[in-house]
Amino acid sequence: MKTLRNFTLLSVIFILTVLITGCSSKQEDIGIGPVKKVTIGALDNSQADKGKEIFDMKCITCHKFDTKLVGPALNGITQRRKPEWIMNMILNPEQMTKEDKTAKQLFTEHLVQMTFQNVTQDEARAILEYFRKNDGAK
Amino acid sequence: MNNLTKNLLYVFVLTVLISVSIGCGGKKEKGTLIESDAASKVYVEPGKFDEFYAFISGGFSGQMSVYGLPSGRLLKVVPVFSQNPENGYGYTEETKPMLMTSRGFIPWDDSHHSELSMKDGAPDGRWIFLNGNNTPRIARINLSTFRTEEIIEIPNSAGNHSSPFTTANSEYVVAGTRFSVPPDNKDFPINTYQENFKGALSFIKVDQNTGNMNIAFQIMTPPFDYDLSHAGKGPSDGWFFFSCYNSEQAYTLLEKNSTQKDKDFILAVNWKKIEDFIKQGKGTDKATAYTHNILNEKTHTATSELIKTVKVLNPADIPGALFYMPCPKSPHGADVDPTGEYIVGGGKLATVIPVFSYTKMTKAIESKSYDGEIQGIPVLKYESVLSGEVKEPGLGPLHTEFDDKGFAYTSMFVSSEVIKWKLDTKEIVDRMAAFYSVGHIMIPGGDSKKPWGKYLLIMNKITKDRFLPTGPELNQSAQLIDISGDKMKLLLDFPTVGEPHYAQSLKADLISKNQLKIYKIEENNHPFVTKSEKDARVERKGNEVHVYMTTIRSHLTPDNIEGIKAGDEVYFHVTNLEQDWDIPHGFTILGSQAAELLIMPGETCTMKWIPKDAGIYPFYCTDFCSALHQEMQGYLRVSSKESNVQLYFNSNK
Repeated sequence: MKTLRNFTLLSVIFILTVLITGCSSKQEDIGIGPVKKVTIGALDNSQADKGKEIFDMKCITCHKFDTKLVGPALNGITQRRKPEWIMNMILNPEQMTKEDKTAKQLFTEHLVQMTFQNVTQDEARAILEYFRKNDGAK
Repeated sequence: MNNLTKNLLYVFVLTVLISVSIGCGGKKEKGTLIESDAASKVYVEPGKFDEFYAFISGGFSGQMSVYGLPSGRLLKVVPVFSQNPENGYGYTEETKPMLMTSRGFIPWDDSHHSELSMKDGAPDGRWIFLNGNNTPRIARINLSTFRTEEIIEIPNSAGNHSSPFTTANSEYVVAGTRFSVPPDNKDFPINTYQENFKGALSFIKVDQNTGNMNIAFQIMTPPFDYDLSHAGKGPSDGWFFFSCYNSEQAYTLLEKNSTQKDKDFILAVNWKKIEDFIKQGKGTDKATAYTHNILNEKTHTATSELIKTVKVLNPADIPGALFYMPCPKSPHGADVDPTGEYIVGGGKLATVIPVFSYTKMTKAIESKSYDGEIQGIPVLKYESVLSGEVKEPGLGPLHTEFDDKGFAYTSMFVSSEVIKWKLDTKEIVDRMAAFYSVGHIMIPGGDSKKPWGKYLLIMNKITKDRFLPTGPELNQSAQLIDISGDKMKLLLDFPTVGEPHYAQSLKADLISKNQLKIYKIEENNHPFVTKSEKDARVERKGNEVHVYMTTIRSHLTPDNIEGIKAGDEVYFHVTNLEQDWDIPHGFTILGSQAAELLIMPGETCTMKWIPKDAGIYPFYCTDFCSALHQEMQGYLRVSSKESNVQLYFNSNK
């Protein structure tokens, strides 16, 4: 009986290890989605303007910068999250709120599924540039 | 331990007994044997898809229903000729023009036949056409959106029954009138029928890129009742075949007076030859009036145009283009086999099924093997165009469809059965009872060059005891039959919407791969679109008030509106800003005189509302969209006409 108990204990530890390593790889920071690596340079003002235009059409219904609306306030987001994470959240919100630890936490706070708004990866990049500008990037 | 063994033994014996009793008690369907594997043949696992789309005409519902085969799952009812409160079709400002006619706004019709667009004689999955029988019209439905995109009215016509069948590349759809009427609807005495009434056969040209329809020409033929039709294909491409009854030209008690003769006709029309005549300048542009309604996908708005002339041809203008083939008796179906050689007439009151030969027909025309003429149209000799007759088929042959192995299937209305017969020998090889009184039948692709000869769907006129009873009014029943083997095998019964007449079906992937999932908000050119929540607003123009409203999970903007006065004409232009598949929002307001709006992602829809009295009017989203759907609501204040309440709107202030 003792052997069996030891075996069970070992199995549990093994499974937990697998689960933890599975969930806590470096992916955590960049989120889950098509964006693996974003190169950040000096602020591109024309991209930021394009981003604002898209944001005003497709995102403003749920997000403000200074206060929570449907989703969280966005001031300081580029300091809180990696650029890849931000773009993956825009491009792949359903999977993110199911599988990404931070996004899951946000979902439990705000309780409304963030929606994919049919933006391309380039457009998501422009929105990111708009966020950077808002956060004071030069 | 002993007890346990005993108990186990007891359970075992009981299980065996129960299994045996179930196995032996196999229930027989009323009058028909269901194959033991029928259930597995129509079972489509949850999450899996059907192999075929089936488009079943909605009959007196005026709509078209879409089913999956073989499961018989109802996928959608597409609103076409009737208003549909479920999604606002025919109630919204954008869709009301779709139901305009020269006789005003018509909220209903009787839709009999669906017909898929074709390429090289086979369905291509781009569009489906549907006829409106009562106020003659043809609709075109886009199969990437499952929306009615276009409706054209047919002038000089009544009872648009012989419609909307199409040529092998959908160059034309046709509309043969079942009720002959005086051209331009003049009020002649009814007893001048033979002199003043005409049977108009309309050929409607289809633009191959846009699908847009326009009436190319109408042929004014003798006043018979044109019932059904099908285009030639392969060798007979270029011809159209219309069945007709009432060659007696009766205009009262047709039940007796139009069934005097042993034979009526199938009219063969050489439309390619007629195109040549038109190029030579034949035909007259006659004054008339009919509407042409088109839905613009970019503005999400339909427009209705009144057209005032139509090109008319008389038989004398087009010699050698029309020939009557005698057909026993009071024929219904006129069906052309996949090779294009055989034309099968369904003579409701005949004791045989006549099968005509295209090859023999062309020879008879060459050798002028005539049996007189009717108003300048030669009548070909029956024997000289006949390939053969199917003898003793049953009672009341109506419609014939074809498989890909040289067999034809014909419905027998009176004897309530379907027969399977060999096209070349006309020999009957199988028959099966239908429950009850079968009308149209359909094999996927079964009126085209390329049938998928796996299933036969039959649509019955009488339901009686097939399903749990629902009072005096019962839904019509359809039955699915396996035709992959020698013998027909009944697989499934399912209820249908309205009273289906004809249906069409094709392999699902020809359509499923082309589906539109959202309307791109960037491309929304609706004149009252609100592309950003920032632009949501309320504007007054005299007593008209325009509300530019947006929806997204889970709020409407603006959601507080004041300064509306009793008697104002309020237009809610609601834009759904979602860009995610299957996230429509709904909209309605207390006391709405229309149906709800159901707004697809990226779309703008408009509801007109005239509040009569001062008060507070809540509005809300009607389509459960999210966890906070119940919170998706707002208030509108209506004040008296004399009040000074200023126009005001906001959200989250």
